[in-house]
Amino acid sequence: MSMNSADLINNAEKEWVWNETPLLKVRGLSKQFGAGCIHCKQPTSDEQEGSRCQYCGSIWACRNLSFDLYPGEILGVVGESGSGKSTLVKCLYFDEETTVGEMSISSYEDKTSNLFEKSAQQKRYIRNHVMGMVYQNPLLGLRMPISSSGNIAEKLFAADHYHVGSIRQRAADLLQKVEIPLARMDEPPKNFSGGMQQRVQISKALANNPPLLLLDEVTTGLDLSVQAKVLDLIRNIQRELRVAMIVVSHDLGVIRMLADRTMVLRQGLIVEQGLTDQILEDPRHPYTQLLVHSLL
Amino acid sequence: MQTTEQKQNNHKRTFNTAEYNFAFLDEGSKREIRRKSLKAVAIPGYQVAFASREMPIGRGWGTGGLQLTLSLLGRQDTLKVIDQGNDDSVNAVSIRRLVEETSGILTTEETAQASIIQSRHRIPEEKLKFDQILVLQVPQPEPLRKVERREERTRIQHAEMDYSAMWLTLYESIVKWGSITLGADYPVMVHERYIMAPSPIPRWDTEKLHQSHHLTLFGAGREKKIYAIPPYTNVQPLEFEDYPFEVESFDGLSCRHCGSMDSFLDEVVDDEAGITIHQCSDTAYCRQQQERIG
Repeated sequence: MSMNSADLINNAEKEWVWNETPLLKVRGLSKQFGAGCIHCKQPTSDEQEGSRCQYCGSIWACRNLSFDLYPGEILGVVGESGSGKSTLVKCLYFDEETTVGEMSISSYEDKTSNLFEKSAQQKRYIRNHVMGMVYQNPLLGLRMPISSSGNIAEKLFAADHYHVGSIRQRAADLLQKVEIPLARMDEPPKNFSGGMQQRVQISKALANNPPLLLLDEVTTGLDLSVQAKVLDLIRNIQRELRVAMIVVSHDLGVIRMLADRTMVLRQGLIVEQGLTDQILEDPRHPYTQLLVHSLL
Repeated sequence: MQTTEQKQNNHKRTFNTAEYNFAFLDEGSKREIRRKSLKAVAIPGYQVAFASREMPIGRGWGTGGLQLTLSLLGRQDTLKVIDQGNDDSVNAVSIRRLVEETSGILTTEETAQASIIQSRHRIPEEKLKFDQILVLQVPQPEPLRKVERREERTRIQHAEMDYSAMWLTLYESIVKWGSITLGADYPVMVHERYIMAPSPIPRWDTEKLHQSHHLTLFGAGREKKIYAIPPYTNVQPLEFEDYPFEVESFDGLSCRHCGSMDSFLDEVVDDEAGITIHQCSDTAYCRQQQERIG
């Protein structure tokens, strides 16, 4: 229960050095919904074959996904609804149990151990110390009736900080960063507009200075000017804090603005990946071409 | 007119003790409760589920504590029963009489003479010794119930030591009121592992659980849970580094009977005189102090 208040504040200014070792390594991640049967024991990599088993109706929502994420990088994940984008980030954040696969994070413990095999207690520790998550629906990420500063504090308690003064200081800093007026820091998010709630959620996710931030459709459902603000905020955070992010969106505009690299998912498979510009300017896969061409 | 003593004796005669096993419960039940108590002692602060029996008093009136007491009693034991510090309130008297009649053991009001002390809402002022067992009645054994309604969730939270929701309520209290407003039943961290509800004892008594010489057993009859604090266990009230835990303050006040200035005091409002006076909540302690003064 000890805590170092100087630590808490100074962590943000930690020197960032370009690092060639990936922060996050995911290998062969697959997730099946449903009981499964002998016909769908293994996820196929065949694009022609759908993700749904024709015998038992089970669905491989993610099929054998492998990718790396480097420190400070933003990885975009696009695809139509049902392509497995959200399931992917939920698996990474341990919201969903992964069926098979490996994940390691270089800033956690021995760097190479498979985090999907950790105990529930350790998974909670990882979530609270090295990850942040922003859901599409602020209801999932925030406690609506509790003060905004309290929402941030909750994440700090989980990381063993128990000094009210420095917790409030940290909450004030974070809320200021996302442009929530300080006078409203003790107001519950339920009093706020959708865009403000989303910004509170982002500041909560950032509370412990996680090296990895997962963003699931953060701007969906917000009006355009608010969308622009939130996107701006995310870019600023990335530039200032050098947080690595996985940005999930069905909106290519969002991906174009944020992501350095992009993966295109379809029926649980990665059909194309590469530099964002490359994918948007010169899509190779027919499905990506379709996506890019349907962009208004 | 019969005296109270005679009434009691008449009552005793009409009660057919032979129909009952020693100390009311059957041996199988006692054994189950003792087994669960042992498990509770082995995992300090962990709530062990037990098969709470139907008792001749209503659930919520101390059935958990009573079952613990009855399962522990041997023929050599001496029992003391207190209700909010009081030896002679209706509840305390009824429970004491039930135990007397179904077991024939001795009861006492002297804290030092009792081998088992069943209590509600108070821990005696007198420091308990290693050969005494304190049994506390518990209405709500789950400290997280205020922040999470589902038992399924609270069990997971305990298993994973996920206590941020509990801390959050304390934080909110500080933000709203400037201090932690919880009075009785102040949550404690037991042996650096489980957050535990110490039953609705005042903050004043919470510190008596830390590194105590005696064993404390907690019984919740309605909620069917037993938990324990073995002797010499660390019991820390939850506190922030900059908002330390504080007990009730009776600065400048003293008991109107014994003049004690370092005991937990009850407020008594004298309507006629329009004043508030204070007296010891622990009646046995108060009597002892009065006798010492003479």
